[in-house]
Amino acid sequence: MYKIGVIGDKESVWGFKAVGLHTQACESSEEAANALHRMAKEEYAIIYITESLCAELTGDMDQYRSQPLPAIIPIPGREGSLGIGMRNVKNAVEKAVGVDLLFGGE
Amino acid sequence: MARLNVNPTRMVLSNLRKRLKTATRGHKLMKDKRDELMKRFLELARETKEFRSQVEQQLSEIYGSFTIASAVMSSQYMEEALMFPKQGVAIEVGQKNVMSVNVPVFQFTTTTEDTADIYPYGLATTSGELDSAIAGLAKVFPAMLSLAASEKELALLADEIEKTRRRVNALEYVMIPQLEETIRYITMKLDENERGNQTRLMKVKDMMLQESIEQKRMRDREMELQAQ
Repeated sequence: MYKIGVIGDKESVWGFKAVGLHTQACESSEEAANALHRMAKEEYAIIYITESLCAELTGDMDQYRSQPLPAIIPIPGREGSLGIGMRNVKNAVEKAVGVDLLFGGE
Repeated sequence: MARLNVNPTRMVLSNLRKRLKTATRGHKLMKDKRDELMKRFLELARETKEFRSQVEQQLSEIYGSFTIASAVMSSQYMEEALMFPKQGVAIEVGQKNVMSVNVPVFQFTTTTEDTADIYPYGLATTSGELDSAIAGLAKVFPAMLSLAASEKELALLADEIEKTRRRVNALEYVMIPQLEETIRYITMKLDENERGNQTRLMKVKDMMLQESIEQKRMRDREMELQAQ
């Protein structure tokens, strides 16, 4: 049995707690990095991170990119979408295809 | 193109021919793999993009409800209401094999069956906005899960495509030309040796013929002298 984690600022994550996810409220990026590594070591299959924290954790997230588990997925935080998640999809396409086919240079 | 540093012998030549055959076959297989991976990848990427924009939009609506709820309620009450979740979620992780890439498949189970029964608080001290926010969150959750699965698959496939493409290119532009060049070099060298041998033999034969003709002439002349 695996768990699902959510890392983000307090206001963004408290709702997820109510629907049964394991949340970790973080105020600083160091805290978030620690939480991320801890969750990755434990039995978390999916870790959602709010985009505002993602921006500072790219290095830490890249460590887990080529492993099957955990899946680290950026989600928009309370302040709305920053486009980081979309950019990840775009980067993956660029990496595989060589050019950006889907987004048409948005 | 640089050729390999080998001795130009028949043995090496036949080995190289075998290697070239394997490389060509490998190249074809890799290319097929790359094309198929690419096809799946593009489908998946389109799907993922769709999922992501859906999830992002729904989440921002939910955050809106949360903001209103926290405006109506004091944050202390809000925190208290959400402190002990009633709903629990656990996921099973399976594996799916896409062109020899192992991709996780997620399947989730919730501890409370009834979707109307997920609210971890009494209704007396909380606002209605909080209810709708949580209901929305529970609804968007399956979409978030499939988003996670497809984004992970996307990342893994992108890795594999990059690797395969490198291999295809290495075979196509380095290995195979190198082998062909070396094979050509060895055949030329062997042919040249063969021709050298041939001329040498002809030359020797010529010399031997010349010699025997000379001898015959000498003998004839001696016979003539004796006859006189």
